[in-house]
Amino acid sequence: MAAQLPPTHVAASFPLPHVLAHAAIAPTLLAQGAEGRLYKTNHLHPSRPAALKYRPSKPYRHPILDARLTRARILAEARILYRCRREAVPVPLVFALDEAAGWLLLEWISGDPVRVAINTWLAQKHPTASSRPRAAVAQKVASLGSRISEEQEDDDSTHQQKQQQQGDVPKHQVRENTNQDDKGTTGKWSDEETENGGEARRRIREDAPLKALMRNVGTVVGKLHRAGIVHGDLTTSNMMLRPPPTADSGIETAETATDSGAKASLDGDIVLIDFGLSSQSSSDEDRAVDLYVLERAFGSTHPRAEVLFPEVLEGYRGALPAKQATSVLRKLEDVRMRGRKRSMVG
Amino acid sequence: MVRSSLNNLRAVILRTRVDRMQQIQPRSPLHHTYILSQFFAITIMLETVPLELIPPTHSVHVGFYRNVRNSAKLQSHLLARNTDFEYAFVDASVVSSRVHLLSAAFRALTAQLSGTLRTPNVHSELVTSLSPSHNIADAYRRFGIGPDTKDLLVVKITFPTDAVPTPPSREQIQKHLDENVEGTPTDFSDEAIAEVTDWGKVKKYYKLNGLPWLDAIKDQEESRGQMQGLVLGAMALRGV
Repeated sequence: MAAQLPPTHVAASFPLPHVLAHAAIAPTLLAQGAEGRLYKTNHLHPSRPAALKYRPSKPYRHPILDARLTRARILAEARILYRCRREAVPVPLVFALDEAAGWLLLEWISGDPVRVAINTWLAQKHPTASSRPRAAVAQKVASLGSRISEEQEDDDSTHQQKQQQQGDVPKHQVRENTNQDDKGTTGKWSDEETENGGEARRRIREDAPLKALMRNVGTVVGKLHRAGIVHGDLTTSNMMLRPPPTADSGIETAETATDSGAKASLDGDIVLIDFGLSSQSSSDEDRAVDLYVLERAFGSTHPRAEVLFPEVLEGYRGALPAKQATSVLRKLEDVRMRGRKRSMVG
Repeated sequence: MVRSSLNNLRAVILRTRVDRMQQIQPRSPLHHTYILSQFFAITIMLETVPLELIPPTHSVHVGFYRNVRNSAKLQSHLLARNTDFEYAFVDASVVSSRVHLLSAAFRALTAQLSGTLRTPNVHSELVTSLSPSHNIADAYRRFGIGPDTKDLLVVKITFPTDAVPTPPSREQIQKHLDENVEGTPTDFSDEAIAEVTDWGKVKKYYKLNGLPWLDAIKDQEESRGQMQGLVLGAMALRGV
């Protein structure tokens, strides 16, 4: 079957997992991580798109240990997803699994990662001088000397290159990025230093749809924690923004979104994905670390949206019993002071 | 195109027959199709359902019989391990949709293909695959045929083996079932299944009671969609 795949499929470089050997519609390899691979395929019928998470066996591990680890990790992830689902936390459904063969078949979530949605939104609604059309802003650029922080650029581009290697970055993202690289690296500049920067920050801070999205992110994370689960890898890449149901199917939406002319939208439901590092815990410490990781991810992926992170915490506060929320947020202060790893001294 | 419209026609005609049988509202909106059915002797056929990720050598045939009168006899064939009756007989009242039943078939088939069956054959595996618990006897009792089963879903999974290189054809299976199941052949459609689903039992067996958010959903379709999602998850995680 692998031979039938068109050459554009990266899948050709890996043998397909056994379970996909008879797929009527060629599966697409979406991502390749250290632990496993993610394919897009179908469940029962082509009308039910699904994501297959496959953990291949590692030849360098002892076979018995290898089988046991694969089994334990597949089951842990599936159990947590099912538990989330029972507690009404928005996560993909578990369709099927084979813990011995190392695969997990999950509901396909249409739409873009929140990371892409926010960056597209920022690029369209709050263009920086460098990403605005040159003619329109030439004057302002000259008078105000707006430049974009180089440091910020570096963060963005490395992150996106990494995503690109994983093969999930829509074209407009890449394009937007090269665009910024071309013109944006003219010098150092920080938001607070100029009036214009303050103005831009104020506009972002008062962007109602973006605020609502941030609040929703907080609510969803709060619900997850209330269910007794910590995610372990909360980033805006591990959240999908599922567009509201329309006449378009999910596939069509994905295609139009990659179109550079697509209108940015923050409508839709947040769905948490990738529970490969999650665990069951209700401790303030683990919850606070989850929030801290998300905060740091915001800082590096969408530095300009970071001013809205307090909205996330507000949404979070609303989703948990007041007492628990307060103690988690207090703990977050501690974690910010020392970082993700707890001190082993004392 | 032609096939799907034929299916629709079949479903319509079938409804009429059922209505006629049960003496429900002689002037139902479907009444006029009764006349059609007099002209075309269309029988309800078993449906052969191709499943994604399952090799084409393995076929899944599904039949749906309503108002079955000889459930006890059919069950006795299973208990006697009569090899002519290698079917998955599923009580339709605990099935919520096509996807529900087909997911169990998918699970049984993946176990068959990877050689990890936990029960004697792929058909018993299908019945236990419906259960969210590890207990095989419980699974047979709750999801399999019993003496009181009124509406019956029959699944036959065929594949070539060393002993039998050519598996029975759909026509052969159909003939055998028509001779042995005393009931009304019905289309294997979501609508027809929905008419016999006992949601009280589904909620009890899949532990869907006591979820306040689920009970709070007003829209019936939305609520059933959510329940179906949980049912699939519970089946996937059975006994693990």
